[in-house]
Amino acid sequence: MCGIVGLYLKNPELESRIGELFKPMLIAMTERGPDSAGFAIYGDEVGDGWVKLTLRHPDAEYDWEALATRLKNEQQMELSWFQNASVAVFKVRAEEAALREWLAEEAADVLILSVGQSIEILKEVGLPEKIAENFNLEGMKGSHIIGHTRMATESAVTMEGSHPFSTGMDLCLVHNGSLSNHNRLRDALKREGISFETQNDSEVAAGYLTWRLQKGDSLKEALEHALEDLDGFFTFTIGTRDGFAVMRDPIACKPAVLAETDDYVAMASEYQALTTLPGIENAKVWEPEPATFYVWERSSN
Amino acid sequence: MKTIDLAESSIRELNQALHDQATECTEREWEVLNPKGQHNIACGLDQNLAVDIQGHAGYFCAGMNKKAHVVVHGNVGQGVAENMMSGTVRVKGDASQAAGATAHGGLLVIEGNAGARCGISMKGVDIVVKGSIGHMSCFMGQSGSLVVCGDAGEALGDSMYEVHIYVKGEVKSLGADCIEKEMRAEHIEELTDLLNRAGVDEDPASFKRYGSARQLYNFKVDNASAY
Repeated sequence: MCGIVGLYLKNPELESRIGELFKPMLIAMTERGPDSAGFAIYGDEVGDGWVKLTLRHPDAEYDWEALATRLKNEQQMELSWFQNASVAVFKVRAEEAALREWLAEEAADVLILSVGQSIEILKEVGLPEKIAENFNLEGMKGSHIIGHTRMATESAVTMEGSHPFSTGMDLCLVHNGSLSNHNRLRDALKREGISFETQNDSEVAAGYLTWRLQKGDSLKEALEHALEDLDGFFTFTIGTRDGFAVMRDPIACKPAVLAETDDYVAMASEYQALTTLPGIENAKVWEPEPATFYVWERSSN
Repeated sequence: MKTIDLAESSIRELNQALHDQATECTEREWEVLNPKGQHNIACGLDQNLAVDIQGHAGYFCAGMNKKAHVVVHGNVGQGVAENMMSGTVRVKGDASQAAGATAHGGLLVIEGNAGARCGISMKGVDIVVKGSIGHMSCFMGQSGSLVVCGDAGEALGDSMYEVHIYVKGEVKSLGADCIEKEMRAEHIEELTDLLNRAGVDEDPASFKRYGSARQLYNFKVDNASAY
């Protein structure tokens, strides 16, 4: 069991309140996932030519200032950074590939949780409420956000095994369910050059989407391929720079509910997680169909 | 009428208060406020009560119901009226998967749509859905009736036994051993009664009937020698 929640704002006036609106949604899914929790928030975009990374180091006392200084002095990269609890968010004027390469060589033990122009992924082991407070979720601003509460089944309870998983620039995935062909698929994806941090089945789904997108698929095409190639149970929510997508497997035994008003589209594993949203009493509420995906993006408005 | 506000009382307190009516009924009419999608609302009732739930309910709402008449003024999560024995459960909105699962008796009316596996392994309940139902509905259904005024999803009635299925709209596909059957006078009569009891205004002659072809293993007398 796991819990998924997502909130996409149609009304920009609510953007300053997204953290405050989302925090109770995440906490409401504690019963479905008390092991770990995480969320991907989109907002505070960097400009063209810049990338934003969410970084984490196993040592809580890691010297991020030193890392920033080296990037500035050795690589002449323009940057700004801030620390948020166990992670650091770096905004760097650089190419993604060059930055990844430098980090892999010069700071191999720094884990990249997310890369993009808008996304920040924040996740930890522990109760959703604790994690929301650690990262000051309540005070966050943004256009959309997806989150996950984990009850581990297929792999260990670790920060690396918690969701969301990054699947490329400004993309991430959260998963409720279990995949039955993840071992074979992981081996196949490794041969295609996709790397994995854990034995987690959901990370394989994320890796699969990364691979399809690298192959030139649109998000829609990648999801269509996922329906063919992923075997098992899943409700996925996928965060993109401009919105989010929801997809359930054809068996559809993992729950999902959607709600829409003039102000927002919200998604949750259970309706309970939506009850604190403003105007939910009069929202259109429905269950997404099996083997069907639903996409909300700014550009499609 | 007694009102219980779930913003102030727990599900356990609500259900205990309703269960306390089983031995001696002191209050027939109950209203439940602020259900907010919570699970197990009004489960295990065993008295002729009228319970109105004002809002959306979560999983297993009115499960194991006996004698009581429960109305949900909203949507329900999975397993509404699962294993119901008697009484009625009416959902004004939509129901998620496994509505009426394994239910032995009573009447379940869903005024909106029902999700996948509606009436799975039903054992005598009558289910009337004004909208459509999802895939694998009535899987291994044993007895009772399933009436659908809209469409049915894939694999309707797979491996079923003796449930009478009536569908007005399209059936995406029939499950193993489920076939369309002739609508005879006694079926029109049965369906007319079901629609009346559910308060649904539809023409019984516009429905098609589906049932078991009785060709699977359990129906072959020769296989009895295996035991």
